[in-house]
Amino acid sequence: MYRYDEFDHKLVAERARQFRRQVKRRLSGELTEDQFKPLRLMNGLYMQLHAYMLRVNVPYGSLSSRQLRKFAHIARTYDRDFGHFTTRQNIQYNWIKLEDVPDILEELAEVEVTAIQSSGNCVRNITSDHYAGRARDELADPRVYAELLRQYTILNPEFSYLPRKFKIALTGSPRDRAAVALHDIGLRMHRNEAGETGFEVLVGGGQGRTPFIAHTIREWLAPEHLLSYVESILRVYNMYGRRDNMHKARIKIIVNQMGLDRYRELVEADWEQIRDSVLKVPQAEVDRINAYFEPPEYECLADIPDELNDVRARIPEFDQWMSANVAEHRVPGYSIVNISLKAPGLPPGDMTADTMDAVADLADRYSLDEIRVNHRQNLSFVDVRQLDLFTLWKKLKLLDLATPNIQTVSDIICCPGLDYCNLANSRSIPIAQDLSRHFVDVDHLALVGDFTINISGCMNACGHHHVGNIGILGVNKRGKEYFQLTLGGSSDENASLGDRLGRALPQDEVPAAVETIVDTYLAIRLDGERFLDTYRRAGIAPFREAVYNPVQARAVA
Amino acid sequence: MQMIIANRLTDGRVVFMDDAGDWVNEIADGLLLVSRQDADEHLSAAQQAVEENRVVDPYLIDVAADAGRRRPVLVRERIRAFGPSVGLVPQSRGVI
Repeated sequence: MYRYDEFDHKLVAERARQFRRQVKRRLSGELTEDQFKPLRLMNGLYMQLHAYMLRVNVPYGSLSSRQLRKFAHIARTYDRDFGHFTTRQNIQYNWIKLEDVPDILEELAEVEVTAIQSSGNCVRNITSDHYAGRARDELADPRVYAELLRQYTILNPEFSYLPRKFKIALTGSPRDRAAVALHDIGLRMHRNEAGETGFEVLVGGGQGRTPFIAHTIREWLAPEHLLSYVESILRVYNMYGRRDNMHKARIKIIVNQMGLDRYRELVEADWEQIRDSVLKVPQAEVDRINAYFEPPEYECLADIPDELNDVRARIPEFDQWMSANVAEHRVPGYSIVNISLKAPGLPPGDMTADTMDAVADLADRYSLDEIRVNHRQNLSFVDVRQLDLFTLWKKLKLLDLATPNIQTVSDIICCPGLDYCNLANSRSIPIAQDLSRHFVDVDHLALVGDFTINISGCMNACGHHHVGNIGILGVNKRGKEYFQLTLGGSSDENASLGDRLGRALPQDEVPAAVETIVDTYLAIRLDGERFLDTYRRAGIAPFREAVYNPVQARAVA
Repeated sequence: MQMIIANRLTDGRVVFMDDAGDWVNEIADGLLLVSRQDADEHLSAAQQAVEENRVVDPYLIDVAADAGRRRPVLVRERIRAFGPSVGLVPQSRGVI
């Protein structure tokens, strides 16, 4: 876990005091709402449908049990006993009182957590692979560089008034679990021909009403140039980004309008001026930041496949959970455990204060005190001894946190939708609930295999519908909620945007349509094909026919 | 029929304007506006409440009577009036 240095402590404490004064001036009437809004947004405070909403950063998704307990305390003391983990590896509270926010920010600062830059036109929470530092296929831990970027971009005046919000994601593994191609800047570690580890730099990805997969602006960048190159990308964006139209203000629009080559020329020209400046990152600075990450103290253990296989053979339910929710760890004798926040019928990503406390206790005991939040709105324990897997499974089961559905059809990403969000056109959580109640047969989930369903309540796409294998977008037609399905999206290392299936469907037809799509896939898949493989081979036609012309489709079959 | 809905400044809660110009939590206690002129006049009063730092973002919503109960016409406003339609919210009444 990263521990704050003295600068972090000072900055965060000062910011909390500053916001206390700003809230006081707002409540006294000295500041109008128009004057106050940009100030509250810079501290993660929105006005939503029912109340103020506070978004709290979880930098690169990494949490200590102490921090999770504080989240539980905030939920219990200042909110309605629950929080919502988002696709940005953050937590949101839905029922916050303005007058409580200064106290909340001070309480969060005690455990080295902030809401700074969780909103507004600035560099947002920097996200990363939730397996960072633990994945077996990883080249290097991306969190050190995520932290370097966090320190450089936090309250940096040059990046505080960008044309629009700006999201950066990193991965150190070839297997992309951080959706880096859907970010304003994506950073993928890989080795160049000389065998040196560096970054492929992607730019201009994003979702929303105009989705784009990011383009590679530089094939390989030495880590020492990370800050200067990111700064040059941001400078060009600051210069050319559209401030006249918020719908055209993201970097993806500029990159795609002027063309990648032109954007690259501008960035490289700027970079030539600054690449060898003070922004060059010496290894000593990387080592200094690295020293603030307390390395976990692993025991000298060996993998125990035989012992685990014995238990798996005896207890099928444990076997299903092992297959779906447990991943390999780079250290022998350890595993990564994914904790599903998608039990049937529950809103994806929501967690009660009591459950947060219980998970924090389990993390203390079974995960060397560390929890990760991932962009699919689940949690992970990243340092579990294989010897403890069976015991941990039993304890998670008691908390309804052991649904064996990670990366399956019921592991649904879902935005808050019209139940909470001021921007939404339709509800999204009830669709996720319907689907998760529909797909409860664990054997069926395993049969269907690797699958993603992503639901957004409006075209802003917080639920990542563009990159779901099945994407579901809520729309409003003459005051009624309808749902537009897309197929074939993916956010992994071969990212793709989904294709529109056909006319939008009313809510009660969505589960049957999804089931039809799944059944069609099962009927036509070839050996070893995931849904995405089948879709890319067979195209949209068989799925479209099955959903919209079921009688004809059956006759043809 | 219309009503005026807003968020209270201090805690952000959804409130309705009542016949005394105060702001109340329950839709049943709010003021029903039946004429265009009435609606415009009360919306001006609501703007005054904004300037007095009592509420944020007041606006008119259409309301229908449904089995003797007031019910906003749009789903969005029903959710604002009655709370989210989904669970995990102990205080939610979950009526849509």
